[in-house]
Amino acid sequence: MELSGGEILIQSLQDEGVEYVFGYPGGAVLHIYDAIFRQQQVKHILVRHEQGATHMADGYSRATGKPGVVLVTSGPGATNAITGIATAHLDSIPMVIITGQVTSKYIGTDAFQEVDAIGCTRPCVKHNFMVKSPEEIATVMKKAFYVATTGRPGPVVVDIPKDFTAPNVKIPYEYPTDVSMRSYAPVSGGHVGQVRKAVELLAQAKQPMIYTGGGVLMSESHQELRKLSQELGYPVTSTLMGLGAYPASDKQFVGMLGMHGTYEANLGMHNCDVLLAVGVRFDDRVTGEVEHFCPNAKIIHVDIDPTSIAKNVGVDIPIVGDLKVVLTRMLELLAQDSRRANPEDIAKWWSQIEEWKAVKSLAYESSDTVIKPQYVVEKVCEVTNGDAYVTSDVGQHQMWAAQYYKFDEPRRWINSGGLGTMGFGLPAALGVKLAHPESDVVCITGEASIQMCLQELSTALQYGLPVKVVNLNNRYLGMVRQWQEFQYEGRYSSSYVDALPDFVKLAESYNHVGMKIENPADVEGALKEAFAMKDKLVFMDFLTDQTENVYPMIEAGKGHHQMRMHPKVGELS
Amino acid sequence: MSVSKHVVSLLLENESGSLSRVAGLFSMRGYNIESLTVAPTNDPTLSRATIVTSGDDRTIEQITKQLNKLVDVVRLVDLTEAAHVAHEMMMIKVRAPGPQREEIQRLSDIYKGKIVDVTESTFVIELTGDSDKLDSFIKAVGDEQILEVVRSGVTGIARGERGLKV
Repeated sequence: MELSGGEILIQSLQDEGVEYVFGYPGGAVLHIYDAIFRQQQVKHILVRHEQGATHMADGYSRATGKPGVVLVTSGPGATNAITGIATAHLDSIPMVIITGQVTSKYIGTDAFQEVDAIGCTRPCVKHNFMVKSPEEIATVMKKAFYVATTGRPGPVVVDIPKDFTAPNVKIPYEYPTDVSMRSYAPVSGGHVGQVRKAVELLAQAKQPMIYTGGGVLMSESHQELRKLSQELGYPVTSTLMGLGAYPASDKQFVGMLGMHGTYEANLGMHNCDVLLAVGVRFDDRVTGEVEHFCPNAKIIHVDIDPTSIAKNVGVDIPIVGDLKVVLTRMLELLAQDSRRANPEDIAKWWSQIEEWKAVKSLAYESSDTVIKPQYVVEKVCEVTNGDAYVTSDVGQHQMWAAQYYKFDEPRRWINSGGLGTMGFGLPAALGVKLAHPESDVVCITGEASIQMCLQELSTALQYGLPVKVVNLNNRYLGMVRQWQEFQYEGRYSSSYVDALPDFVKLAESYNHVGMKIENPADVEGALKEAFAMKDKLVFMDFLTDQTENVYPMIEAGKGHHQMRMHPKVGELS
Repeated sequence: MSVSKHVVSLLLENESGSLSRVAGLFSMRGYNIESLTVAPTNDPTLSRATIVTSGDDRTIEQITKQLNKLVDVVRLVDLTEAAHVAHEMMMIKVRAPGPQREEIQRLSDIYKGKIVDVTESTFVIELTGDSDKLDSFIKAVGDEQILEVVRSGVTGIARGERGLKV
């Protein structure tokens, strides 16, 4: 089969089984767009801004486990995509981003719409490739998907000069069946001796904790994690990225840990003697001040990426390997060896945890007069039976969504945890909806975040993507305001937004449905009505309490045992 | 933890951009880099780089792990962990007017230097060896006499059978 470079590119996407490409055309990719036009298999979703394309592909990937694919033009097309590429990079999301480049002979001449896409993206990709001839395209694409989806996943950029995709040069096409790279060999199984040592240590624990993260979702090992946790009977906490790997409604789950984690999760960490850390990276938002982190614990850390191990926190038993393989091995060892921790110790530990739980660190003050954002999230969870795909933006609403929506299944909670990218939620929700058209998809956002990629309401209209937007509108950059209240004596520097659009009219102008909800009594009814409109994007603008804060909170320089609690903690139910 | 100097040797794909990935890693993560040398090997598809860096044990462990993670890096070894040779080459241009010529020549001989260029008023002396020896020669010549110094940065190799091969 003889094809042009542009056709080869699209054919290789077909051969990779790609369903959707999220992109935006421009000069350098016109040959590729022509190849897209002349086939049906790969569907192109035209976004309104390249950042939106990356977040859509990202959301699609997080909801399915498949790589997300993006196509953008050179210059501003590539630079606009960078925020989304960095977002995927920090959360280890497999994506392949194709950037057009100016014609090869013009490279380096400051040609129109020329930017060094390889140089610009280098610090925020897993790897990037510059295509050097049309003959290389198929192999590079194969390598790009291989690198993006294996080991610790991540985004891979492929930069292709325009002339290499031109229709007049036809070359034989064959998509490589496999790929080998001498400089890239992702690990699989963990060291057997280390795994054995870990299991032995777990059996000696008196006050154990299991700390899980996004790696569990990436490696599809939530079943193994659940079995292992239940076999051991130890408390399980999760990072923001790992929510849903272990069911939130299970009795062994003690909630999220870290800066806005629960009292019981954080104190459990602080007081544990054996910590099993799986698919996590000891991020600063999780550990608090590392000097105070788990002062009494022997730490077992399982991760596929050796650089995650002992990066921020020293580890006693490091295990580099695919979680699925390692957790399976642990289960086998536990089945062979009946030694377990002393049940009395574990019972004592649980009763301590129950005491901490009784503090009710997530209790908030309810109100009949003003809508509490936490209440809205609880109702969203109820109305969707806890089974929706929930995307979020970044800030207070993100934390409330993480705290009050109970995720029982993996890949339901989709947010920008590492980079903290405002503007992520709406486009990510659209990507999720394409992947799961029959499921409820809701974007929990705030009036500030939503405006960062608001233009994608138009994409939703074009492709008929009826997601639900829950806008927790407090007329503040809420998290900024909260920090200013706590740390800057209430000097609210540039954190108030007083020129907001009428979101109802705005939604209606795109032929979506807009709702404004101002009374607590109307919250549930509005949500039920909105979720009943299966074919419509409904934008719900909830006017919420302006001064509500996210609790508990670990402030800068503090440890897990130094949480700032709700001022009325203990009185609230 | 104490900070010590390490010589890390790596084989990387001889591709455009692979050097900037290595250099970028050091600036991006705030690691020290004292010198970096790179050139193709007898296998033209591979380049060999030598990096001199410093840090405590944990930092050095992270540096080697992060380098290994770069897709273009094929193999690497921390030479400092075992017996090795780590040399650099220096060319130094010194003022050598009539009365001082002999003294400078003698100094060069002591350090096993080679005079590779001579004019009426200058010498260029080429010197190879470990970095301390080069530093010491610079000191011995003295700032007054020095016109220019150019150093290659350290290149290193393990002693004996141990080696870095694909």
